[in-house]
Amino acid sequence: MSAFELQADRSPVQGMFVKLASLKLAAQFGPCNLQNKAGVLLKLCAKILLSLMLLVAAPVAHADDFDDALEHFATDKFADTQDGIAALAASGSPLTLKVFDALASGHLVADTETSKVYFQADDDTVHDIRTDAVVPDVDADNLKKVRINNAVRRALDAAQGTLALLAPDKVKRLAAAEAVFQGRDAAALPSLDTAIGKERDEGVKRVMMQARAALIAPDAQAPEAARLVAITALKDRGDQDAQGLLASIAASSSGKVKTAAQAALTNIQSNLALLSSVQNVWYGLSLGSVLLLAAIGLAITFGVMGVINMAHGEMVMIGAYVTFGVQQAMQAYAPGLIQWSLLVAVPLSFVVTGFIGVLIERSIIRFLYGRPLETLLATFGLSLVLQQAIRTMFGANNRDVTAPAFMSGSFDFFGLSITSGRMWIIVFALIVFFVLQLVLRATSFGLRMRAVTQNRRMASAMGIDTNRIDALAFGLGSGIAGMAGVALSQIDNVSPNLGQSYIIDSFLVVVFGGVGNLWGTFVAALTLGVANKLLEPFVGAVLGKIVLLVFIILFIQKRPRGLFALKGRAVEA
Amino acid sequence: MSLTRRNMLRATGALLGGAIALASFGAQAADTIKVGILHSLSGTMAISETTLKDVMLMLIDEQNKKGGLLGKKLEAVVVDPASNWPLFAEKARELISKDKVSAVFGCWTSVSRKSVLPVFEELDSILFYPVQYEGEESQRNVFYTGAAPNQQAIPAVDYLMSKEGGSVKRWVLAGTDYVYPRTTNKILEAYLKSKGVASEDIMINYTPFGHSDWQTIVADIKKFGSAGKKTAVVSTINGDANVPFYKELGNKGIKATDIPVVAFSVGEEELAGIDTKPLVGHLAAWNYFQSIDTPDNKAFIKKWKAYTKNPKRTTNDPMEAHVIGFNMWVKAVEKAGSVDPDKVIDAMIGVSVPNLTGGLSTMMPNHHITKPVMIGEIQGDGQISTVWQTPGTVVAQEWSPYLEGSKDLIADWRKPLSCGNLNVKTGKCGGKATN
Repeated sequence: MSAFELQADRSPVQGMFVKLASLKLAAQFGPCNLQNKAGVLLKLCAKILLSLMLLVAAPVAHADDFDDALEHFATDKFADTQDGIAALAASGSPLTLKVFDALASGHLVADTETSKVYFQADDDTVHDIRTDAVVPDVDADNLKKVRINNAVRRALDAAQGTLALLAPDKVKRLAAAEAVFQGRDAAALPSLDTAIGKERDEGVKRVMMQARAALIAPDAQAPEAARLVAITALKDRGDQDAQGLLASIAASSSGKVKTAAQAALTNIQSNLALLSSVQNVWYGLSLGSVLLLAAIGLAITFGVMGVINMAHGEMVMIGAYVTFGVQQAMQAYAPGLIQWSLLVAVPLSFVVTGFIGVLIERSIIRFLYGRPLETLLATFGLSLVLQQAIRTMFGANNRDVTAPAFMSGSFDFFGLSITSGRMWIIVFALIVFFVLQLVLRATSFGLRMRAVTQNRRMASAMGIDTNRIDALAFGLGSGIAGMAGVALSQIDNVSPNLGQSYIIDSFLVVVFGGVGNLWGTFVAALTLGVANKLLEPFVGAVLGKIVLLVFIILFIQKRPRGLFALKGRAVEA
Repeated sequence: MSLTRRNMLRATGALLGGAIALASFGAQAADTIKVGILHSLSGTMAISETTLKDVMLMLIDEQNKKGGLLGKKLEAVVVDPASNWPLFAEKARELISKDKVSAVFGCWTSVSRKSVLPVFEELDSILFYPVQYEGEESQRNVFYTGAAPNQQAIPAVDYLMSKEGGSVKRWVLAGTDYVYPRTTNKILEAYLKSKGVASEDIMINYTPFGHSDWQTIVADIKKFGSAGKKTAVVSTINGDANVPFYKELGNKGIKATDIPVVAFSVGEEELAGIDTKPLVGHLAAWNYFQSIDTPDNKAFIKKWKAYTKNPKRTTNDPMEAHVIGFNMWVKAVEKAGSVDPDKVIDAMIGVSVPNLTGGLSTMMPNHHITKPVMIGEIQGDGQISTVWQTPGTVVAQEWSPYLEGSKDLIADWRKPLSCGNLNVKTGKCGGKATN
């Protein structure tokens, strides 16, 4: 077990080193390419001169182009808006980027009667595009937002990208190059060439070259040699976008280009197939960590204490609602710290659900020890009560818990796409698990808890207040469930039904792993997660789940005490 | 505290007294017209159905302020079937035989509708069903005010195939594993094939209810979409599972400009639970959006926000369906001069009322209504803005012409035909029960 987990721990770090090293290499060899540079520089100078001359020579002509282009936006037709974007990009006016930004963010409005286009600020004031002065005498009823659809958005992204290729910020240039790659707008080629000439950063330059390749490779008019070079560049990119592009080239071209595209395609496909199986294991670990988080609290209340706790899922749900409450409160009182709301929510939800857990134990469960059927019914009833209570308090609708920046998006890791939120949940699950192990093994509370659950009367005879330990242990399990709720609020609906969807899985994990054994829960969660995700591509999500359930039924027949059965006298007690 | 016999007696007495008081109240209120509301207020479906109960109460309240119906006040009878399908049938029976309601507005899921059908047929009452559904049904006692597949799914696919929608060539049909997505996808698959789409360009995927781990499927969609042809996802994923699905799409960076997702079960209500900024441009197909800019809609939204005392409350398509259904029922009752179900059922056909999107919706002989179809794009503020809509209203095809078993069937509840599944080839009516 520990070897496995060490490996999982080490590989990302190792990978990081490899990545860093390769970046360094690239940085060292990059600027040495002098011959190439000189040629490009010459070209570049010529281009800059040319554009400077244009700028000086034609302010008047530009004004007209710009105004003409703007008129396209006033017709409320998507095709016209698209033409407007092309015309605006061609006009070369310095205001273009501003208009594009306004269009993308929905701040561009058109007067339906006069066909004039304005900026509309967030406070609903209307501004002139050229002077940015407030226009007072506009009839607000005639103003209509310039609408965009996906086709317009795509054109807009590409045009914005083309303009941003020369931005001083490296990140913006990289995004721009990516936008041009996705946009496939042949009109971007000249600007792209200029940008490639100017680019000093190897990473950005590589993406720019790929974007260039994406424009040239499908172009039937381009010379064959250039297309072949472009196909090689796409092959080196090697991701799904490149695959898609190559597939369409292979389908629509002939001769050498077709063969090259086909070869590149096969190459990418075999690489991606290998990656996808690794990717599936990663997805499995991610699902396993969610299962672990959901089940780990139950491993205490059900596994260690033996209470069939049907209200476990509701503790998870309440934890998620605490997260929502914390976010609302921070939005109101400390909006600057909202990024850190989860750090507040984790301990708070532990305290809140832990307290509720103690309350439940004292008021209901303590009367029912040794009566599993009654416990089951009572806690099931309790779960319905808690659900409906939350529904009455917060409404039946989902609540929006926003993910902090470090938990949203995904990053590329040697071709594996890793979702940041999922990665942090794995880390969080591991931390919770090991801290819990520590509490149980290395604190006196843990010792007492184990003593009470193993032999109540003996522990009592040794002077342990068993009632107090029962309450605290149930509180601990509930509190951990609450912390799981914080994590789950990031990936699932925050609704009164949140807990219901996890309760079955949680019991499954605990029973499969072996009741009373935390390591069993750990192994079971990860095993079920990985097995589920390895099955899913072959049999689908629905059948995959059924197959797993059947497997567990058979497994429990063979080994009723689960993967890691407790041995010794405690079992019989 | 202790439960002694005397206490028990006292409690029973109090209960009995209460019951008698209630009964006498019922007798006094006999000159009202009762309207049943059969929507889940607890359980899984409460998320969607509670809103519909509220909108019905508002409509009844409003009608009473206008002077009621046939000179009588309307009285709402609300029951809670608790997202439990057999309980729907029980509660429906209770509404009709015990409370003697004149019409029932209710149900959301198809399975709940199927569960109450026999009750409405047996006790001869009226049900207004406000949700878009898979079609393949037409019942004498049911009026379907939501969309049939050709009023939602097929126009959406047409839009995506058009140049404006991106000339999509490759399709992912993703849905939750139950009757509505399965039937809709069957119809869509047949339709796509009839338009010349090859089998290998269609990927069909089903997931369990409440599916929350979408990593594999989203990766699969991305892979399917990188075959060099423009790809789109047609989603019949059930409400709750959508939030994690869209979150995963956002995280994986699949933008609407790359692979647009058009959803049939995602409305303003569902979007209220997500940060929609990464979803901008993904599509939804409905017959109504809150963002529709008509005087009727603006007035309705204003009333709704005032009624719920919540300036952020959203409106959605099934709510509009209830508005249309209720207004149609009022008009039909006035036309028939009675609330007798048989008379009202006959009077309903041909009734036209304004919908909230600036047109007229008419009840057709197949007990479905005419509706405009709208495709909207999700905006950063959680609203959906229309990018395309049918020029007029569309008549529902309750029996899909794209399915083998149903292409020859029609429904016509006018006399003397009065049949929900007439086979036009054989000229025979398939029987009264039409499933």
